[in-house]
Amino acid sequence: MFAYIVKRLLIGVVTIVLVSMAIFALFWYGPSSPARPICNQETSNRCTPERLENFEEQLGYNNPIWSEYGAYVKGVFVGRTIEIGNSTIDCDAPCLGVSQRSRALVWDELIERLPATVSIAAGGAALYLLLGVPIGVAAARRRGSFADKALVSSFLFISSVPYYLFALLAWLYFTLIWDVPILGSSGYTPPWESPWDWFTGLLLPWICLGIFGCTQYTRYTRGAMVEALNEDYIRTATAKGLGPRQVVYRHGLRAALVPVITIFGIDLGVLLAGTLFTEYIFDIQGIGRWGLSATYSLDLPVVSATVLFAAIIMVLSNILVDVMYSALDPRVRLA
Amino acid sequence: MTATPSVERSGTTVSDSDPFLVVEDLSVEFPTPDGPVRAVNGVSYTLELGKTLGIVGESGSGKSVSSMAVLGLHDPKRSTVAGSIRVGGQEIVGMAEPGMRKLRGNQVAMIFQDALAALHPFYRVGAQLAEAYLVHHPKASKRDARRRAIEMLDRVGIPQPDGRVDDFPHQFSGGMRQRAMIAMGLINDPSLLIADEPTTALDVTVQAQILDLLQDLQREFNSAVVIITHDLGVIAEMADDVLVMYAGRAVEYGATKQMLTRPAMPYTWGLLSSVPDVQADTDARLIPIPGNPPSLLDPPPGCSFNPRCAHRDKVPGDLCRTTLPELLPLAAGSKHLKRCHLADPEAVYQSEVLPEIAPDLVEEA
Repeated sequence: MFAYIVKRLLIGVVTIVLVSMAIFALFWYGPSSPARPICNQETSNRCTPERLENFEEQLGYNNPIWSEYGAYVKGVFVGRTIEIGNSTIDCDAPCLGVSQRSRALVWDELIERLPATVSIAAGGAALYLLLGVPIGVAAARRRGSFADKALVSSFLFISSVPYYLFALLAWLYFTLIWDVPILGSSGYTPPWESPWDWFTGLLLPWICLGIFGCTQYTRYTRGAMVEALNEDYIRTATAKGLGPRQVVYRHGLRAALVPVITIFGIDLGVLLAGTLFTEYIFDIQGIGRWGLSATYSLDLPVVSATVLFAAIIMVLSNILVDVMYSALDPRVRLA
Repeated sequence: MTATPSVERSGTTVSDSDPFLVVEDLSVEFPTPDGPVRAVNGVSYTLELGKTLGIVGESGSGKSVSSMAVLGLHDPKRSTVAGSIRVGGQEIVGMAEPGMRKLRGNQVAMIFQDALAALHPFYRVGAQLAEAYLVHHPKASKRDARRRAIEMLDRVGIPQPDGRVDDFPHQFSGGMRQRAMIAMGLINDPSLLIADEPTTALDVTVQAQILDLLQDLQREFNSAVVIITHDLGVIAEMADDVLVMYAGRAVEYGATKQMLTRPAMPYTWGLLSSVPDVQADTDARLIPIPGNPPSLLDPPPGCSFNPRCAHRDKVPGDLCRTTLPELLPLAAGSKHLKRCHLADPEAVYQSEVLPEIAPDLVEEA
């Protein structure tokens, strides 16, 4: 088990290195000069070819790509000094560079924005698991009944609405038009400043993510439960004299939960890597928004950092899922 | 009587004259989108403690469905059970779920075929056995239950039971899993054990061991055993009485010896003809029953077996096609019942069927 985790972590490191190289190369060889945004900024949009050339020289874009990549990697582990325009910035390890737009250290911005995204992701994921699984179990127990069919079709309807529209309508009505107390105030306040404001500010985003995500989890759970409840071991459990609750939960749900947990691990990773629409619609400064606006302004260090962050999260959540899978299903041996 | 969680056999009111299990006119019907399917139709049998009844038939003949009704395992929302099933004097049909639960796994236990599927893959074997014990012994501690599980695993012949008790089902071999299944069935000393094709998924040498084990345990606990199978070899080995089912109905019922030596219904002949015998003359032919069992949605009129019956032209008129024969004694006062229009099935069997399937027997005679 331990050897397996070490092996997976090493493979993960290789994956992350490859991702960082790919994103570096993508910008390096891209059609637009990576120095142009900073040149525009420094010269108040009078970036002549000569000035651009100067900036490219200063930012190191005239050096070979591998030496610049080397400098970047070195910065991550030991830190480096970066010169932009007339200023020199000390970037301590882990140095992910300096945002070309805000001139702040990318690492500091990441740390600053991380709690908002983690708050949204954790709350939303918890809600959709807590809603989706019990509803799925209830539907599976009543499979074929009117209530089951009504639930399945109404959930299919919800999940066929695009999420951004769903969240936007929620924000529009609850916040803008009706201005519902508590629910209507959205935005991020760090929980260490005011837990109550943190909670109320994130309530609507959580509910949106929760309701939208739970439709999927209801489907997964219902499907897995229907399958599990038809297994022979469920009949054995009933034939032992166990009550319906023990049969459904201890024997049925225990088996049905394995695929659901697997999907949940990956989904949580996706959410942590950036809840883009949610952050945008509810005006929360999280990782997703940060990455998107950096992409618009070709802010290479920030884009690299967000992609790298997403890669790390996905690698970790995949390892976590595999380890959990073997913990949940004794037939799965990790090697 | 009041249902108590006690497992004492004295807790059941069985008068000496009344058999432990009495099934009368049992019918089980499932509604389907294409109309109701009557999987079991008017089946009756009785079984005393210490005796074994074999139920034989092809897949879909209703043998498992009728036995599951004895444990009340049919969802009342998806099925209709009619008739009467009395276990130790207690009526099962229509019994409320809480009472039924006290009976299941306690007085009546079931062993399923394919123990790999019938045991939960995520729980240790010992935990599954202990769970069966604890549900009927709410006052017992977990340690007692574990001790009992180890004791039962030992009893069914699992080596190093105190170590294997913590294995998962997939770590057991097929024969060991079936043994564990039997141990789970017997953990509460049931008076009635229903074994649904207990040896189907096993190879022959293991089959024999499992059958021996079941017989030993039956002798030890004096339980009544219903063994469901399509293997007449198992019947010959185990059963005191045999019930042959076809398309949801009993077509022949009697003492095993009688049934195997003087079968009186063409379907039973067909089953006997389909059994390979390793000791038989190589000239002996295996004769399959032509065709397939009928659809229960639209059963044929008359005798359900008539479309596949090779002997229906020996019955005058088209009686086989129009009239369902009744389950009647072979001769007045006989306990051997058959559902067939043939006037003298014995003669047909001796002159036509036996020479085909066992020429050596005929020559000796």
